Amino acid sequence: MADGPLKLAVPRGALFGETLDILDAAGVDTSELRGDSRSLIFHTSGMTLVTMRPSDVPTYVESGAADVGITGKDVLLEQADRVVYELLDLGFGRCRMVLAAQTGNDRLGEAQRRLGMLRIATKYPRIAEGYFESTGRQVELIEVKGSVELAPLVGLGDGIVDLVATGRTLEENELEVREEIVECTARFVANRVAHKLRSAEIDELTAKLREASAR
Amino acid sequence: MIHPIPPGTRDVLPDEMRELRRLKAALIEVFEDRGYGEVATPAIEYDEVMARADGPTRSGYRFFDQSGELLTLRSDMTVPIARLVATRFASGEPPFRFSYLASGYRAVRPQRGQMREFVQAGVELIGASAEEGTVEVIEVLEAALDAAGLGRAVIGLGDADLYRQLLEELGVEGEARDAILASLATHDLVALEQRLLDAGIGAERAQTCVQLTQLRGGKEVLEAARGLGGAAVERATTQLSETFGELERRGAADRVQIDLGLLRDLGYYSGAILEVYDPAVGHVLGGGGRYDGLMKQFGLDLSAAGFALYLDRVHTAQLEEARRG
Repeated sequence: MADGPLKLAVPRGALFGETLDILDAAGVDTSELRGDSRSLIFHTSGMTLVTMRPSDVPTYVESGAADVGITGKDVLLEQADRVVYELLDLGFGRCRMVLAAQTGNDRLGEAQRRLGMLRIATKYPRIAEGYFESTGRQVELIEVKGSVELAPLVGLGDGIVDLVATGRTLEENELEVREEIVECTARFVANRVAHKLRSAEIDELTAKLREASAR
Repeated sequence: MIHPIPPGTRDVLPDEMRELRRLKAALIEVFEDRGYGEVATPAIEYDEVMARADGPTRSGYRFFDQSGELLTLRSDMTVPIARLVATRFASGEPPFRFSYLASGYRAVRPQRGQMREFVQAGVELIGASAEEGTVEVIEVLEAALDAAGLGRAVIGLGDADLYRQLLEELGVEGEARDAILASLATHDLVALEQRLLDAGIGAERAQTCVQLTQLRGGKEVLEAARGLGGAAVERATTQLSETFGELERRGAADRVQIDLGLLRDLGYYSGAILEVYDPAVGHVLGGGGRYDGLMKQFGLDLSAAGFALYLDRVHTAQLEEARRG
């Protein structure tokens, strides 16, 4: 927490490269993270960078194990009950949370019409639940951990709720976007106590990231 | 044979109990020394009585007794003490000072370290003038933190009415206002800025509001806030400046951080609000503030202020501080 260097949670995976780029632009040296080191913790530019799965970032930041962090809005929405302060939209990692179904057939519409109930496979059950509730539709949510595109192809569900960046994966699996739920980008978040007690450091980093993301 | 207990509750065994007892004794001694006599109230109250304090503070545990009365488990001690003062001390001479060490009950999402049964230690000061009341309560809180050995703990001091008044001044009302206050309460600045823009107050004013929420620190933040302008900001900064000035005169301002982004979600707060942090732990240890409207709900027109510390969190902070040597 308020002792020692500021701890920043860095998401590995799809956001990793652009996260390092924006940190470099904000004056945080990330060269060590770019090597093929298998370390998870790096000490650089007076900060400690901790690398982890994007979906773990809110957990670490909420508990104060990391003071600040970067993760996708999709993760924050799915874990909406985690108390973290969302300070900045970093603008990169842009993708859409969508409802998609098989191209060229109307199983989805038919399920709605004849069964009054949609069966939806997703890795984001809380976002999906909130969306269908807010649009007044009953759904049975099927939570899967792996490639969700597979589900409707073999009859597990009428459609999927998933994150789409380019749309190529959907296309390759003969799926198409039916409804757009929300657009997601990378966000800069802070632990609420760190935000109060390390305000100077966090404000400075926020300002630098804001400037870097505006470029 | 394992016999489970509900998630969000727990047993306390002797090693921990000894430490908790020492902590409780230290806190109660501070409270009693300063004239805050300890009281106890029933854990179950009539739901109708607890419901007088509007806001999202209901315990989530309501049930019928054998004669069909709707009862509720208390969610904190502030409302029961307001009830107690109105009932037992209506003709007494204020101010009234009470302290407590008591469990409260809230519906929480388990597995998050949140407890549905938790112990709070705190004080209520009812019927002292606004200014003095806030200052006195902060001084008691500082003494309590010292007694707990948390010399590094910080008290955030903010104003509960600032944003409600600011939005009124800007002509934002209804659903738009509620959405803005909700993003303020969760401190989602991205949504806050978007919702301010959606409310049609213009990009510059939206920026100003967002900046205001980021002002926290010493007296200098009051100057910075005034620079942003507006009647609501002027009122809040004047009041905070008076409170902080009085704390300075009494040598009690060192560990108080003025925070214009503070917004507690308990519905009954008005005016000054407090939050307690310790640098060794990532969660808030407790909070409090003024709730001048609450006593009126119980038929007494008295101002009130108080704070509550979560005993387990203070205990955790003690342990973390000790680990750091």
